[in-house]
Amino acid sequence: IRLFRNTQTCFSRTSCTDLFGYVGIEAVLDQMRRKTMKVGLEFNIMVVGQSGLGKSTLVNTLFKSKVSRKSCTPNCEEKISKTVKLHSVSHVIEEKGMKMKLTVIDTPGFGDQINNENCWEPIVKHINEQYEKYLREELHINRKRRIPDSRVHCCIYFLPATGHRLRPIDVEFMKRVGKIVSIVPVIAKADTLTIEERQEFKERIRQDLAANGIRVYPQKEYDDDPEERILNDRIRESIPFAVVGTDKEHQVNGNKVLGRKTKWGIIEVENVAHCEFANLRDLLIRSHLQDLKDVTHNIHYETYRVRRLNESNMNFSELGLSARPLENGTADTSESESHL
Amino acid sequence: MASTDVARQPGQGVRPLSLAGHVGFDSLPDQLVNKSICQGFCFNILCIGETGIGKSTLMDTLFNTNFENLESSHFEPQVKLHAQTYDLQESNVRLRLTVVNTVGFGDQMNKQESYQPVVDYIDRQFESYLQEELKIKRSLHNYHDSRVHACLYFISPSGHSLKSLDLVTMKKLDSKVNIIPVIAKADTISKSELHKFKIKIMSELVSNGVQIYQFPLDDETVAKVNTTMNGHLPFAVVGSTEEVSVGNKMVKARQYPWGVVQVENESHCDFVKLREMLICVNMEDLREQTHTRHYELYRRCKLEEMGFKDTDPECKPVSLQQTYEAKRQEFLVELQKREDEMRQMFVQRVKEKESELKEAERDLQGRFEQLKRLHADEKAALEEKKRLLDEDQSSFGKRRAAAQLLQAQSLTANGKKDKDRKNIKRQTQVALWADLGRCCYYTGGINDSRT
Repeated sequence: IRLFRNTQTCFSRTSCTDLFGYVGIEAVLDQMRRKTMKVGLEFNIMVVGQSGLGKSTLVNTLFKSKVSRKSCTPNCEEKISKTVKLHSVSHVIEEKGMKMKLTVIDTPGFGDQINNENCWEPIVKHINEQYEKYLREELHINRKRRIPDSRVHCCIYFLPATGHRLRPIDVEFMKRVGKIVSIVPVIAKADTLTIEERQEFKERIRQDLAANGIRVYPQKEYDDDPEERILNDRIRESIPFAVVGTDKEHQVNGNKVLGRKTKWGIIEVENVAHCEFANLRDLLIRSHLQDLKDVTHNIHYETYRVRRLNESNMNFSELGLSARPLENGTADTSESESHL
Repeated sequence: MASTDVARQPGQGVRPLSLAGHVGFDSLPDQLVNKSICQGFCFNILCIGETGIGKSTLMDTLFNTNFENLESSHFEPQVKLHAQTYDLQESNVRLRLTVVNTVGFGDQMNKQESYQPVVDYIDRQFESYLQEELKIKRSLHNYHDSRVHACLYFISPSGHSLKSLDLVTMKKLDSKVNIIPVIAKADTISKSELHKFKIKIMSELVSNGVQIYQFPLDDETVAKVNTTMNGHLPFAVVGSTEEVSVGNKMVKARQYPWGVVQVENESHCDFVKLREMLICVNMEDLREQTHTRHYELYRRCKLEEMGFKDTDPECKPVSLQQTYEAKRQEFLVELQKREDEMRQMFVQRVKEKESELKEAERDLQGRFEQLKRLHADEKAALEEKKRLLDEDQSSFGKRRAAAQLLQAQSLTANGKKDKDRKNIKRQTQVALWADLGRCCYYTGGINDSRT
């Protein structure tokens, strides 16, 4: 165990002594693991895209279970809803002792109308409502031991595989929503693009994203250390992921694999040479799950909180906690719903 | 499988699903652990005990280092707290440890207020966390958490019972911090006495309603160990940083003429148990209890004190905003009142000053008049002198004219009258000189008064 001594306020190292002997500080890692397993995990994911792009299928493939019920093609008699309605479904899934409460928020009707102006508004409203709920809970005097977290941790945005560029609706949506939530864009039904077409398409999308100042997850500014930066750079070079989703299994070379069977071959979903589903799954679940939650909690939620508290002029340090005089005059007591 | 918090939450239509394959979110604990390793951990221990009871030695032994604490004197007028922060690292885990020692505890003649500095310190740490949490722009994940996570209370090994100071202090602290009582310098008590002593202490604590920290029993992996340990409280510890060779090993021990007390020997003392419980098994739980129980209690009390409530008298939920607005108005009104008061005071002071100045002016005027009069008087006196001088001058002129006339007459008459005439001339000359002298005297005088 190595010892560096500090004084209380300045954290510069003053002395370093090498001493041997077991203390057991490492065991705190195990304690943390046990605590996480005991507490479980909440994860809220939102899927946005036009109907027919395979959103529900993808979610089912990601979590290997029937999370969303696929909507069948609507008949002519069924009216397409005038506005985007959000539809959220929660499930509890467990793997190796780790319990997860997964909530999938679907957005049927997005981009389906003839006039799609302001189609992002219900989505933005929903996201902000979740932040508001959490903020209220946090400001209570008697707080719950664990505040239920319904904030959207990740929003998967489905781009149709046109092969050209980003469309205006894509740009508008991602610009607005990218400020308040972590967006992961994916190219849906990517089996209609050849590998070269796919690369070009991705390159053009990346250019468009940069040109419009859209920040998608993982954002460059939030990289903590060089290792993380290298890892995230690699990810940033390959977004948006070209994905194919399915829940049917077929036999390939004697193994049962998830795939789409066509006359000209079987597209293996989990094969990295065929499509990038595995990359998406690894990013979302296996490596950056905690990071998504952290970014939502530490950055997006804090931004919302700052804005909200400034709007209602709630500066607690002005009151009893410290004796500084007020700077502005009378308060504006409008409790308006904040919208972008 | 124990039900987890997630499954316990009442969900609207939350149904369990079965997975058809390996998804991979079971790696979440590892992801979390990796993040924490990057950030490092924080742990704060408060040691309360009399001077010389072995607090610093125990800390050194516990963390296997030398924290370089100096011996403190017994003559402190008041209890003070002395905190020091250290960065420890074991393999890849970094721990920021803060050890807070009480200096002068139990040394004063009058120990009534001994607990107060400790309570104040703990409250101050809660307060600064609360302030950070209530800030608008806050950075909680970077915040150096200085709240006390564990409090080791050192009981002196009298063998009889707890002192009243111990009871009073522990009673004041049990709702603010996790108290772990330890019996210090346990090598002065024999085994049987120790057993009785422990039972006595625990029964005293229970009968006085002191809530010490109980090791958690809800996680099965550690429940068994914790239950056993709960039965061994308070731990009888011996601290030592010196090494003595026992058999063919060097162990930490205290060497006496009658034998060697080995610190890490479980049959000699409970040090290993303390280390297990404090660090290896329950560090995370201690931190969690501090945050969810003690800190929340403090926060609730503080906010209620300030007048914030969750529900109205009619039991309708009151938003924090409304209460805040009400308080703000109050505050503004009071501010306005104080401003008015100050303004009035200012006006009054101005008036007073004005009247003072007016008086001074009048004084000055009076003196000026006086001086003027004096001046006029002097001037008149001088005029008088001048007049006299002029008179003398004119009389002198007349006499001179007469003398000259006489001289002229004597020149025209002849003979013997020359001598007489010369005598008369001399006499008149002398008289003239005397007059001239007098005139000079007067002139000189006027010249003097003129200058």
